[in-house]
Amino acid sequence: MAEKILMKGNEAIAISAIRNGVDGYFGYPITPQSEVMETLMKEKPWETTGMVVLQAESETSSINMIYGGASCGKKVMTSSSSPGISLMCEGISYIAGAELPCVVVDVMRGGPGLGTIQPSQSDYNQIVKGGGHGDYHNIVLAPASAQDMYDFVDWGFDLAFKYRTPVVILADGIIGQMMEKVEMHPMKPRRTDAEILEAAPWATTGKPAGRERNIITSLSLDADIQERFNRKLKGKYEIIEENEVKFSEYMTEDAEYVFVAFGCSSRICEAVVDELRAEGIKAGLLRPITLYPFPFKEIERLSKQVKSMMSIELNLGQMVHDVRLAVNGACPVGFYGRQGGNIYTPEEIVSEFKKFNGLA
Amino acid sequence: MKEEIIIAGFGGQGVLSMGKILAYSAIMQDMEVTWMPSYGPEMRGGTANVCVILSDRKIGSPIVTKYDTAIILNQQSMDKFEKTVKPGGWLVYDPSGITSHPTRTDINICRINAIEGAARVGNSKVYNMVVLGAFLKVNPIVSLENVEKGLGKSIPARYGSMIPLNKAAIVDGMENVEIVNRV
Amino acid sequence: MTGHKQMKDMSISIEEIKKPENRIYGKPSLLTDNVMHYCPGCSHGTVHKLVAEVIEEMGIQDKTVGICPVGCSVFAYNYIDIDWQEAAHGRAPALATATKRLCPDKYVFTYQGDGDLASIGTAEIIHACGRGENIVVIFINNGIYGMTGGQMAPTTLIGMKTSTTPYGRDPKLNGFPLVIADMIAHLDGTAYITRQSVHTAPAARKAKNAIRKAFEYSQKGIGLSFVEIVSTCNSGWKLTPVDANKWMVENMFKKYPIGDIKDILK
Repeated sequence: MAEKILMKGNEAIAISAIRNGVDGYFGYPITPQSEVMETLMKEKPWETTGMVVLQAESETSSINMIYGGASCGKKVMTSSSSPGISLMCEGISYIAGAELPCVVVDVMRGGPGLGTIQPSQSDYNQIVKGGGHGDYHNIVLAPASAQDMYDFVDWGFDLAFKYRTPVVILADGIIGQMMEKVEMHPMKPRRTDAEILEAAPWATTGKPAGRERNIITSLSLDADIQERFNRKLKGKYEIIEENEVKFSEYMTEDAEYVFVAFGCSSRICEAVVDELRAEGIKAGLLRPITLYPFPFKEIERLSKQVKSMMSIELNLGQMVHDVRLAVNGACPVGFYGRQGGNIYTPEEIVSEFKKFNGLA
Repeated sequence: MKEEIIIAGFGGQGVLSMGKILAYSAIMQDMEVTWMPSYGPEMRGGTANVCVILSDRKIGSPIVTKYDTAIILNQQSMDKFEKTVKPGGWLVYDPSGITSHPTRTDINICRINAIEGAARVGNSKVYNMVVLGAFLKVNPIVSLENVEKGLGKSIPARYGSMIPLNKAAIVDGMENVEIVNRV
Repeated sequence: MTGHKQMKDMSISIEEIKKPENRIYGKPSLLTDNVMHYCPGCSHGTVHKLVAEVIEEMGIQDKTVGICPVGCSVFAYNYIDIDWQEAAHGRAPALATATKRLCPDKYVFTYQGDGDLASIGTAEIIHACGRGENIVVIFINNGIYGMTGGQMAPTTLIGMKTSTTPYGRDPKLNGFPLVIADMIAHLDGTAYITRQSVHTAPAARKAKNAIRKAFEYSQKGIGLSFVEIVSTCNSGWKLTPVDANKWMVENMFKKYPIGDIKDILK
């Protein structure tokens, strides 16, 4: 049996990076995710796996270090929280535009502006709808436990290299700060130079005689070339939307009411479903695990069997717009959220649910 | 079985590490656990609290507002958390520094003077383990054997020699806990 | 009489002249055949050639990664036949930092103008210097934003006219020029800092030696090497190439004097 360790979500990100053969981490301190870099610095992976860890001078610099490292075909990642992610969005757009793989972790806190340091899910629009400029998508993974934090690093790199695209692990202060037991999988070594050449023949590894020079750029200037590139990206996104949607369902088979919630909110909604079921109300939960690609089809399917749906988010209502798109008028869609770092209790959601459905 | 516990006191009293040792002990007993600290601005030099949930099933919400047990180590936390204990639950507290003692009659209450306990075992750093001992005496949710294993997991290897001292503190807490109210 | 002699030599056939043994000057093999987009008289073309020559002579084409800036040299990757990364504006030292740390056997250099390095990218260059990254920075200082049409740069001289200082740079309005090389010379992480120019053949030779030294230093693990090239932008300066060179010598060199500023191995 694999060893089970009690750790914070943030620590799980760091330990997973080391154990899954990540080549480099570049970051900048910000609450509530500073434990990621603190853990890496304490573990000193440069002495064991050879992983590079560096504290940069800013989030802007961190993401551009990721850009440079990814250009070399390396598995590189960074982490931050909402205000820092805003700074990184420029770089993420360049990384998407240069078709580079990387993993970015956003441990969300309340905003806008400096906001608070407590948990929030208010970066949904920023991360799922773009964030930086231009037509691009991040693949967005929404962890709901410390184990997810551990597992999504490796999954994230698989997707990032498969599609040459940035992958964002969209966590929140609860998932980052909460300790749970985490099962450690066997270690994966870092890729050798030869393996990198094979996995990333496009990388800037130094031009040997006999191959064209590799140029990593997001610049074209020519409108027709840029449009061709945009359409190429669109093609890639269609494949991602077709193949990479991931979600989980809780008691939805016979559900008359379905909650849609991601990350820590999906955990809280499980308790809500239990409570309503105990009262004889047939409630269920759909948890999108990938936020991009979003489980439109599954929500559409459920919308035809239920009396109503409700999106529960730690923001003013962001994912609910995607839920409404998927439902397309088939049933009423409600929303309940808390903001600023406040967290709803299951009881609070039960009461809002009853209000919305006229069951009070 | 599910036990929802809030541990609250001043930063420096070992609130977070007590929660961690408790959580690790439960893992040694094959239970599911969550450990969720308050990490807001109040943690900077002020009060600290951590919610620990132990369960034999997968834990849904890590956020709760009513607790089976509240372990309270300062007055601010008493003011905040006495009312959050579920009827029939436990309130464990250290009376030193408490000016308004708990008054509820629908919950079990016990107290432990852990400063004295830590002094008895000879190290003020194990204050929190005396409190943990008191709690485990009245609510033996994890076995002493598993607590010892949990200590081994949570204490850095270089402090491994501290384990017997921690264990002595737990035993001291068990021996000196005083029941105030029983429902 | 020399004129007469030359006339006589012209009679040999062009095929004869093109023979390799008769060539006294050539394009370095690492310069591509792409026609450069730089304005006639611009210093960039010369500096590109020097960089290409150094990489070729050191035999490190397969070990070199260049990082382009945003600015006139944004397309440097079209001209030198090595692997390149195109950075966001000002961020080249961040890309170079990661590239060098992840691939320590590679020669990693950034090629940046004064808008890129001395304005939007000050944080990145200062901290790359502070950390002592083992990279080479080629810094083209022509005191103006060339690509966007001749606006004021942080290095624009007092009184110098640009499209955003049409009456000349006024310190009350625009502050004073940044002298980056002198600033970073104080940092412990820098190993070699020099200021050169390429307006004459001897100057270009010295600049090339400086670039070679910087590349060599970058493999010694002793910190960052920085080669500033005080350059002309005759288009932005609204001068002929010859007058631009003259203006540079008379004005730019006063604020940005040519020569080595720091060499920790000396």
